[in-house]
Amino acid sequence: MTERAQEAPVLEVRGLSKAFGALVASSDINLALRPGEIHALIGPNGAGKSTLIAQIAGALTPDSGSVRLAGADITRLSTVARARRGLARTFQISSLAMEMTVLQNVVLGALGHRGRVMRFFAPVMRDKALLEVARAALDQVGMQDLANVVTAELSHGQRRQLEVAVALTLEPRAFLMDEPMAGLGASGSKRLMGFLDGLRDRAPILLVEHDMDVVFSLADRVSVLVYGQIIATGHPDEIRTDPRVREAYLGEEGGA
Amino acid sequence: MRRETWINAALLLGLLVVPLWAWWVDEPFTITLATRVAIFALAGVGLNLALGVGGLISFGHAVFFGIGGYAMGILAFHAQNYTPLVEALNIPGTKSMPVIWAVAVVASALAALAIGALSLRTSGAYFIMITLAFGQMFFYFAISWPAYGGEDGLSIYLRNSFPGVNTLVPINFFAIAYGVLVVVLFAMSRLMRSPFGLALAAARQNEARVRAVGIDPYRLRLVAFTISGAITGLAGALFADLNRFVSPSMFSWQTSGEIMVFVILGGVARLFGPVAGAALFILLEHFLGGISEYWHIFLGALLLLVVLFARGGLIGLLAGNEVAHD
Repeated sequence: MTERAQEAPVLEVRGLSKAFGALVASSDINLALRPGEIHALIGPNGAGKSTLIAQIAGALTPDSGSVRLAGADITRLSTVARARRGLARTFQISSLAMEMTVLQNVVLGALGHRGRVMRFFAPVMRDKALLEVARAALDQVGMQDLANVVTAELSHGQRRQLEVAVALTLEPRAFLMDEPMAGLGASGSKRLMGFLDGLRDRAPILLVEHDMDVVFSLADRVSVLVYGQIIATGHPDEIRTDPRVREAYLGEEGGA
Repeated sequence: MRRETWINAALLLGLLVVPLWAWWVDEPFTITLATRVAIFALAGVGLNLALGVGGLISFGHAVFFGIGGYAMGILAFHAQNYTPLVEALNIPGTKSMPVIWAVAVVASALAALAIGALSLRTSGAYFIMITLAFGQMFFYFAISWPAYGGEDGLSIYLRNSFPGVNTLVPINFFAIAYGVLVVVLFAMSRLMRSPFGLALAAARQNEARVRAVGIDPYRLRLVAFTISGAITGLAGALFADLNRFVSPSMFSWQTSGEIMVFVILGGVARLFGPVAGAALFILLEHFLGGISEYWHIFLGALLLLVVLFARGGLIGLLAGNEVAHD
């Protein structure tokens, strides 16, 4: 990590602010996602994590400040344009085409990334190039045997895995993962952790997570968001012992 | 083959055999009924792309049906009266079906593009209301346009011509309508399995997912709405030719509702749903309408049953709920 810390960040948030009336949801936020890292974003409920993620993903426009991806300013780009530039998002609540099969969902990702949607005549599920990308992504998350299962029939954990598989087809520059462990059992959570552990070498991950065990065993760095402000960023050990963090956040939940 | 494929084939064959039999025993009225089924099915196939695949509940498809109808009426009106369509450029009207179809398709596609561009910025109930509002606009415009008959509509004395076919013979005109339906059904079956079809269906099921993979749902829906309107417009041109008459009622909201009924009765998002729905509608209208002029009560009850208990419509009831995944 030390030698990589000098590299230019893949995803960078600078001076980001957003207010809803009198409520300041994001206040001068600075955040950098460096190559090869898992950067966890933690904070108590209502700290503004969802608002921050929404601004990074493009669902909300900040009042001031900027978001940069691979050096380019993407602050004014739509969600669609950001996805095309390689920002892959997974959702807090699984967001998939439920009536379609697992394979169709992944093919959709491959299709979106390759950007040739306006084709009306050739059967999409016979497109060798798309299928190759899709099957490779399913292999990586270990879902190749579930390819023809309808998504609505998947377990919660399998839907999480599928979201990651779809994100993989985008050949992302950065992953934005909003509580990927939410609702997973112990074994499912452990499997996904093992997978994310290896994923950071493909592209860095900005991880919003509630589970402190996950955060402290996976993350290279942790940023703590409280009342719309980042009060600390650093190595998990530093965060664990930071008195401000303990007071503002960890203390409330009885320590980590 | 899947069961639905067999049912589709049976429907297509049935729609061919019944008028052929009627032709054999010289029952021209039955041929006309079958022609109406084919044309209404075509209008429904158009709506089904927007409503079924795209999830866009358009209550204004009468606009496109009517534009198709008036494209035929206006072109043929000028041709039969030997008056130029555009005086300044001396462009004449025409009695040629292929030319009329092309004009109907282009005009209704442009209208769908414009209406879609505005309406698709809304969703849910607002989308339904705004498409309905456009429908009413066209309806009242047609009523108050005296040059083309106003409230009384336009009568065309002779059916338009098709190269190499005597279109005045009922079975010949049926064959033309049936042929158009088959071609459009084939194109639609390809479209539903195409990259565009996959993305459009995904946008219906989960818009956020489609955005997250870098596809703009608005563009998908606008293209779908345009194609949808063009197909319904083509059906409108054929319908006007069948009746040799076009009137503002083609633009009415009842027409929009009926096209919707074909789709829902037959099976939303099923390729042959509108064919089954249109056939059932015409059968009910013919047989129940013979018993009571209030046959719409029975139609309403049936529609209620379908919506409550058989969401897949007639096709879903017969073929089960298996969905194609290839």
